[in-house]
Amino acid sequence: MKRTIFFNNKPKIIGCSAVAGPKESSGSIKDYIQIKLLDDMFGEKTFEKAETKMLFSAIKDCFFSAKKSESEVDAIISGDLLNQIIASTFSARNFSCGYVGVYNACATFTEALTLGAMMIDGGYFNNVVCATSSHFSSAERQYRYPLELGSTRPPQSQWTVTGAGASLISRNGEGPKIISATIGKVVDFGVLDANNMGAAMAAAAANTILTHFIDCKITNNEYDLIVTGDLGTLGSRIVKDLLWEKGFDIEKQHVDCGELIYSIKEDEYQGGSGAGCSSVVFNSYLMDKLKKKKLNKILLVATGALLSSVSSQQGESIPSIAHAVAVES
Amino acid sequence: MKTSKEFTNENYLDYVKHIAPKTKQKRTIFHAFWVGGLICSIGQGFRMALESVFNLKGDELSAYVSMIMIFLGAFLTGLGVYDRIGKYAGGGSIVPITGFANSVVSPAMEFKTEGYVYGTAAKMFVVAGPIIVFGIASSVLIGLIYFVGYRIF
Repeated sequence: MKRTIFFNNKPKIIGCSAVAGPKESSGSIKDYIQIKLLDDMFGEKTFEKAETKMLFSAIKDCFFSAKKSESEVDAIISGDLLNQIIASTFSARNFSCGYVGVYNACATFTEALTLGAMMIDGGYFNNVVCATSSHFSSAERQYRYPLELGSTRPPQSQWTVTGAGASLISRNGEGPKIISATIGKVVDFGVLDANNMGAAMAAAAANTILTHFIDCKITNNEYDLIVTGDLGTLGSRIVKDLLWEKGFDIEKQHVDCGELIYSIKEDEYQGGSGAGCSSVVFNSYLMDKLKKKKLNKILLVATGALLSSVSSQQGESIPSIAHAVAVES
Repeated sequence: MKTSKEFTNENYLDYVKHIAPKTKQKRTIFHAFWVGGLICSIGQGFRMALESVFNLKGDELSAYVSMIMIFLGAFLTGLGVYDRIGKYAGGGSIVPITGFANSVVSPAMEFKTEGYVYGTAAKMFVVAGPIIVFGIASSVLIGLIYFVGYRIF
């Protein structure tokens, strides 16, 4: 069985853009975000429309940052958390490029990056955009309660990131290179609490990271950073424990996008989550550090909890997945 | 095909339970106590005021007090204040009748974007629906017990 792909032609990430809501734009990575919103409605009438516009803006700005015109881009691979991934499809209808819709909950960004890199590496396409988005308010109404309902959040809960990020991968050009990717496996340890997704996803993250190390015959010291998507504080601790148990101590290299994105003040508790979490952090902060060669080699492991409101109400546990992408400056 | 139960890893779940942050019970109970108490005291204040000023009594008096409290709950929800009270007080602001008003008004506001019929009207009782169903069902049950008990004894 093979789960890791090594890209011979090393597709380059030549453009990136991140759009973030007001709360994210005042967090710890605020200086790196390209488009900051003052209002989470983005001048639209509904939260779904706002999310669509965020994703559209991220993709558009990504073309601009890569100095490519729309006609040069072959395909857009995108996904989000809404039912039938409407933010992705509705933003893609504005472009003349081909479109591939993907969904792996919050792991969608690395899934899109992996697929994009495969298309480029295989020589089928020259330029591909990989993008994801999420919006706190549209996710709340779909998965939880109305915004104005006076309810409390448990301390294990996370806060869906309002933001969108896009990367343009190309065969030619200058930029950080994608060297390998490990496809995730759906892992389920029987976590039932939909408010504790960090615990469910940590198992998948540990599985993917471990497989990546074994397949590449490397250890944790190979990377400057091992970045997980949105495990939060609790999930990060679990993934470190699980890997330590297998003989890899990633304490020094590990950082979590969810922990990174907010300066936790209100009730974000464990940190950020959502499909936009890893893509906002990667396309702003991490890409900046990679371009400036402050970071040489990172492993981005976006993690996704593959539940729906129907499955949790039917008493199912939370299966999770994590896809890893290794990027070199 | 395996079911969700067969995937359960008890060791892992125990470990997660062990390291997961706990709800700060003493603090949340205290918050719920004083906010809930304050809401009830306000209600009682209205009751006494209506009794002495308008000379209302019995069922009529309690109906008016309920109406005022429901209005206040709905109004504060509309202003976007009640969810903040709820975040702080938890059960303290959910249990009083103002919390019921909040649970009806908040989905009505939220789903307005899907139109007045399929949005506001259809989704209005998403949260409050179970309260009404079980409230009516239990009142019927208690009524029957009372009726039967009254006939026999």
